[in-house]
Order: sequence, then structure tokens, then C-alpha cells
Amino acid sequence: MNTQPHPAEAAAATFVLDGRSIPFTPGQTVMQAATAAGVYVPHLCHHAEFEPVGNCKVCSMQLDTSAGPRMVTACTLPAREGLVLHSETPAVQHDRQRLVQMLFVEGNHHCPFCEKSGACHLQAVAYHVGMVDTHFVHAYPPQSVDASHPDVWLDRNRCILCELCVRASREIDGKNVFAVGGRGAHTTLLVNSASGLLKDSAVAATDRALSICPVGALMPKRQGFAMPIGARPYDHADIAERPADT
Amino acid sequence: MSLMFPTAPASPSPRLRIATCSLAGCFGCHMSLLDIDETLADLVDLITFDRSPFTDVKALSEDGIDIGLIEGGLCNEENVEVLRAFRARCRVLVAVGACAMYGGVPALRNGIPVAELMQTAYLADGLHDPQLPRDPELPPLLDKVLPVHEVVPVDLTLPGCPPPADAFRALVLAEIARRTPDIATELPLHARRFD
Repeated sequence: MNTQPHPAEAAAATFVLDGRSIPFTPGQTVMQAATAAGVYVPHLCHHAEFEPVGNCKVCSMQLDTSAGPRMVTACTLPAREGLVLHSETPAVQHDRQRLVQMLFVEGNHHCPFCEKSGACHLQAVAYHVGMVDTHFVHAYPPQSVDASHPDVWLDRNRCILCELCVRASREIDGKNVFAVGGRGAHTTLLVNSASGLLKDSAVAATDRALSICPVGALMPKRQGFAMPIGARPYDHADIAERPADT
Repeated sequence: MSLMFPTAPASPSPRLRIATCSLAGCFGCHMSLLDIDETLADLVDLITFDRSPFTDVKALSEDGIDIGLIEGGLCNEENVEVLRAFRARCRVLVAVGACAMYGGVPALRNGIPVAELMQTAYLADGLHDPQLPRDPELPPLLDKVLPVHEVVPVDLTLPGCPPPADAFRALVLAEIARRTPDIATELPLHARRFD
């Protein structure tokens, strides 16, 4: 027996997000359906080109259940008829702000002299969730920089371990250059080469793994500060107004 | 110039007392404060500067301060002493700029032991008459450069390197109206930068 819903029936399926009815088709996640409906959900590790992994939790929202509300990640939650979700409430936004603040204090994010500034998703999401301070005690973790490659450099101070480069290198570039290894505070981005250095890997400056990096961790060399202040993507537009970027 | 914030009230009383200091910072935030341009003329009769590089006054008035603007993080023991004096006297303490908020550029040394830094800066090969500075007027360095909020409670932050002049204008005008501004919601995107 064919258990697939009739296309017309499937198109009519909806869930409720912030009081708004969001249509979805079977197989879509809440994030995918919301994005298709023009609703921005803050996120960092999610990207439309890849399967979601739910790493960063920034897309977390509140789901009403019979046992009470619980937090779920919109990027991994399959859309279902009748879901009732809350994304833009002060409590959810507050949680998101705390998550972003933790990313700032658990890395070394120096926006004032980072060439990704103004085009950085972490910074832009911080603006979006109203972050005006970092709240927590800064960890200042010692991180290494790999400048060994002639055309590419890796600054682990800026890495948020979203794994977008891991997925892009494997699935689009076909190179499998990156991986995430270690545990807890020692988790770090690894380079797949005998020496562990970029210069001995298959990476190239044109790889999708670089252009998809949401922060300034993976950058092509000799292109820093190419965009003047005022002309950068998030100088005047909130990231919610530029969904095609992410 | 377009004023996107309300102009100051015509006859406030009493004057708003402002104190400022630069700890481990570059004075760029003070320059941005001066960048409010002709708004300064509107404020002449509404505010007075207490301890500040503008006045060269070294001690805070015992009368109490309405707004304490802290530029820079804390890199030495004198910075901590100055900051604690500000906290004790200021009604509203504001961490101004990237250095005050998270250490900024000076915090780049936080991954390196102080002894190693001193060795490289003062005792490295090739230096003329290498020696460690020992003048008692020089305050000892802290192990790490700290942001303001890790030493004293902070009431408000003005993010940016430096915060745009519009952010200073909004803060001062709101405080003159005896209202604490909500930086996250009241300021347009270009006026609440991290860069």
C-alpha cells in the first residue's frame, strides 16, 4: 500500500511557529520549512547544502508537548502536523544570546581586527540576538594558527566547531581535508595530512570548505580586508534580512 | 548631521557628572566620545567632567559620579585600583569598547606567560642595555589582561572598537533624561558594533 501522502494533502500540512501557520512537505525539518516560508531562525552550523547535525544549538526553540515545554533544535526536528513552537519569545532569545556569548568567551574572537568582521555569521547572529556584552568569564584558550599553506590559513582561535568545512570538504570538494577531534574544551579542528598541517593537505583556496566557513577561521591568504567598512554584508542589514547568505 | 536621538532637554538640573579613564586602552574610545561633534555644544551646560584625561584630574570627586566611562581592560594593579574607585563612586559604570568588554588587543598576550613576555620585550638578544624595568612607579603586570566585568559589576556596555559616536550620544542624552538606554534595542545596527 502506498503510504505516501497525496501531494495536495502533504502541501496542506502545517505546524505553528510563533503563532504563524508554517506549511511543510514530508521530510522537511522545521528549519527548512520555516526558511521556505520566509521565517528566519538564527543558526550557525546549519546550511541548506548539507544534512543538519545540530552542533551549535543556536536554532533551539521551545516545543509545546503534553509533558510541558522543552527545547528542540529546529535544524534537526522533522516537521510534523500540529507542532507548536516558539522561537522569538524573550526567553528563547535570551537562551540564544547566552549560547552566542559562550561561543565568544570559549574562543578568541577579536572582531576589531578580524578580516571576516562585517561578513561573519557569528558576529551577525550576535547582533541579531541583541548581544551587547559577553557576560561570562573569558577562557582565552590557547589555540594554534596554521599558516603553512601558501594560499590558505587556519586560525583556530576563531573556529566555532560548526563542522561546515568538514562537510563541505567531504561532500563538495571531495577531499576530506578536515575533521573535528578531541573532547570538551580540547576539541579542535584537525587537518587530514601526515604532518597535520595545511601545506601537506589537499586543500585549495577555491575550496567550498573555505567559502562556507561562517567565521574567519579558514581564509584565503592575501585577500584580507578586501571589503571596506560600510560595504560588508552585515554593516547595515540584519542577518535575518540576508537568508541567502546562510 | 542627522540626530537620530532626541536632543538634550533645555533646562536640566543638576548637571550630569561624568568621569572617564583609559586603562589598558588606546584612547580611541575617548576620541569617539569627542566625535559627537556639535552635540558637545548642546551638552556644555548639561554635563561636567570629573576625573578624566580631558581635565587631567587624578582623583574622583567625593560628591559621586553619574556616569563612569571605562575605556580599556585591566593589565596591571593600578588599573584594578582605578577601576574599583570608579565602581565605588559611580552610579552607572559603563564598559566602553572592546578592550573594556573582553580585553581587546592587549588580551592577545593572555596565551603567553608574563615572564616570557618580559624576557622577549626587555631581555632579548640584540637589545641595548637589556634590563627589566624596576621603577617603583611602574605598577606590576597582572597575569592576564582582564575585561572590566570580571573585576567589578558593570551596568552598561558600549560595544565597538571604538563604539560609534552615536552610541555615546545616546548614552549621555538618555542619562541626562535620567533614563538608562537599552543599547541592544534602541541603537541602530551601525551604532552597536563589535568592530
